Amino acid sequence: MTRLRNKNFIKIILSKAPIILLFVSVLNDFDFNHLSLKYFSFNFSYILIFYYSLKKSESLGYTYIFIAGLFNDVVIGTPIGLSSLIYLILCVAASYLRNITLRPSLLKDCVFFLFTILIINSLLFLFLKFIFNYELNYFDQIINITFTFLFYFLFSNIFDFFESYFVSSKNAG
Amino acid sequence: MESSRDDFVIALRSAFLKKGTQQRFSLLSLIFFSIIFLILGSFNFKIINYVKIGITEIVYRSSFVVSVPENLIKDSYLTIQNHNKLYKENENIKSELEILKAKDLLNEFIILENQRLKNIVDDYLVKSETIIAKVLSDKGSPFLRSIIINKGSKHKINLGMVVMDGAYLVGKVVEVNYLSSRVLLLSDLNSKIPVIVEPNTVFSILSGTGKNYGIIQYSKKNEDIKRESIIYTSGAGSLFKAGIPIGRMNINNLSDEKKVEFFSDFSQLKFVKVVSFKKSENK
Repeated sequence: MTRLRNKNFIKIILSKAPIILLFVSVLNDFDFNHLSLKYFSFNFSYILIFYYSLKKSESLGYTYIFIAGLFNDVVIGTPIGLSSLIYLILCVAASYLRNITLRPSLLKDCVFFLFTILIINSLLFLFLKFIFNYELNYFDQIINITFTFLFYFLFSNIFDFFESYFVSSKNAG
Repeated sequence: MESSRDDFVIALRSAFLKKGTQQRFSLLSLIFFSIIFLILGSFNFKIINYVKIGITEIVYRSSFVVSVPENLIKDSYLTIQNHNKLYKENENIKSELEILKAKDLLNEFIILENQRLKNIVDDYLVKSETIIAKVLSDKGSPFLRSIIINKGSKHKINLGMVVMDGAYLVGKVVEVNYLSSRVLLLSDLNSKIPVIVEPNTVFSILSGTGKNYGIIQYSKKNEDIKRESIIYTSGAGSLFKAGIPIGRMNINNLSDEKKVEFFSDFSQLKFVKVVSFKKSENK
């Protein structure tokens, strides 16, 4: 009985892993997006949201993404609602790609991801620079976009592995 | 052409409006909420501010909890790094110790050599006895620069004993009472002691000026006395032991006066060492 309960608990935890990961990445002090390294930073939240909105839309609820965005705004000090908007636009792009894709391929996903993050970062830049008068470094943004795009390959494979070996096997079990 | 545009519109509409399983709100409504938050937030709307305060409270508390594993890892990393640093530091200290040991051996050798050479030239070696005394009064007058110390003949203080502040010469005992003594400072007008100016080994007399500096007098090799030269007792006349540091030359270009800045600040004396140097028998 206890073993069954434990199994169920692990199953729930594994199925909620993307949400947990999203909130941990937003709330954690250690932010890949604001590393103290000069020429290295990437946005883990973008990768996570795009991947799960594209591949497993039921894993990450839009409401959770919206709340995570609000939390992110509070943590990094941007105007409240901005990260939510950006995250949701990312979800729209992922959802659109899912709708139009018949035969999924990682390369196509990556190219579309690059196109999307270019747009959302441009939007973010425009909002922060021209509406809210924040000082942003354009070069840092470019570096962030580049590494976020490059790391999508890696994290996409890691998430695929996680989904196929842990979540699916547990569900089958 | 028209059908591809239709496909685009359908896909986009589906992306915006279609609610997935377990989704309470469509993307469009949430985007709408975000924009409302942004606009009202930029106008400092009260409700948004309250929401922000509420979220801040939740976020800061949960951020602390969420960061626990990461902080644990960070702390462990720092501990390991400190251990690593400690190891390197230990290695450095070990090598430094080796160098210092070698220097110490060299010093020992030089001391022994010095003693041997003194024996050869029939010079005398000195032994010192130190008495620590407290400065009771240091009221300087325009005519006399002296201090009163709390040790006298009861404590075996004798006339002419050397008074030092740490390693630096301060003056000599000129008056001995039963429980106190008077020390004439080097800055006193009546103080005149034989000194040696290094480098270039210039023998001279250091005179007090009644001010907080002394002057070098009766020296013919004036050109050998450079700025920043160090003044030591010469030991001539057996008044003081040779080699006690006194001060540094502070030559003013405008005047010919060869000023000596004392190492010790005579106005700040609290405790002094009264030292008697005695000749020890040559081995």
